Amino acid sequence: MTFYQYIAEGLFFAFVLLVIAGSFITIRARILMHTVMGLAVALLGVAGIYFYLGSMFLTLMQILIYVGAVCIVLIFGIMVGSTPTEIAEKTIKGRKNIFLAVSAAAAAFFLLMISILKTEWVPAAAQVRDFSAERLGESFLYQYCLAFELISVILLIAIVGAIILARGGQENKGEPSS
Amino acid sequence: MIFISDNLYTYLILAVFLLIAGIYGLIQHKTFIGMLVSTELILNGAGINFMAFNRFLAPDPATGQVITLFIMGIAAAEAAIVVSFIIAVFRKYHSIDPDDLIELQG
Repeated sequence: MTFYQYIAEGLFFAFVLLVIAGSFITIRARILMHTVMGLAVALLGVAGIYFYLGSMFLTLMQILIYVGAVCIVLIFGIMVGSTPTEIAEKTIKGRKNIFLAVSAAAAAFFLLMISILKTEWVPAAAQVRDFSAERLGESFLYQYCLAFELISVILLIAIVGAIILARGGQENKGEPSS
Repeated sequence: MIFISDNLYTYLILAVFLLIAGIYGLIQHKTFIGMLVSTELILNGAGINFMAFNRFLAPDPATGQVITLFIMGIAAAEAAIVVSFIIAVFRKYHSIDPDDLIELQG
């Protein structure tokens, strides 16, 4: 085990810590803007995890799409909707919901941990170790061509629908926008 | 010595952590935006799972990356749609609290 491997291992722990800290900020923050900031931190950590899983391309896409686009859209939604300090007091619900949330999360945790530890994970017999973007692009255009086209249609419909929904109430204020 | 970053269970447990954080936040947040943010956490947990299986188990490493990219695209579309929902709801009800939308309760 060389010196560089120690550095890589330490960086991995840094990314895991980033994910965990960001998730805690996300679920416990009282001010709504802090929630989105915590989400951005957690998503940066997930980008680092993707790098350790071998895909440089997905790391860049994670930073570009999630940290860049989705967080900006969420912040836009917050700033249009209301002032952050006004709703800061009632962001977190009462005790009853905390009990419900903890029990639901604990149930999911134990069920999934049991199934993870009980399953015997068998790797495929012959694995191709090619994580390059060229191979990814080829499989996009040959093997997953239909899904690739469908997701672009979905994105188009989502954008058009978002524009119609967000504009709808403005022109005819009296009646609800279909 | 075994590397922790080179072990399938590390990534699976991290994905489980993201999932339970998302479930906890989804139940506990009182605003639409908070619930949407928690949903993004759950989707990222799914993405880590796909990438981990892709790295350690799958025969073809392009499959998991393709699926994770699809998850990202659908999450982006979902975020755009939900934010425009929130804007429309806020314009009509002047509230972003899910408990205020009780028009269909009878």
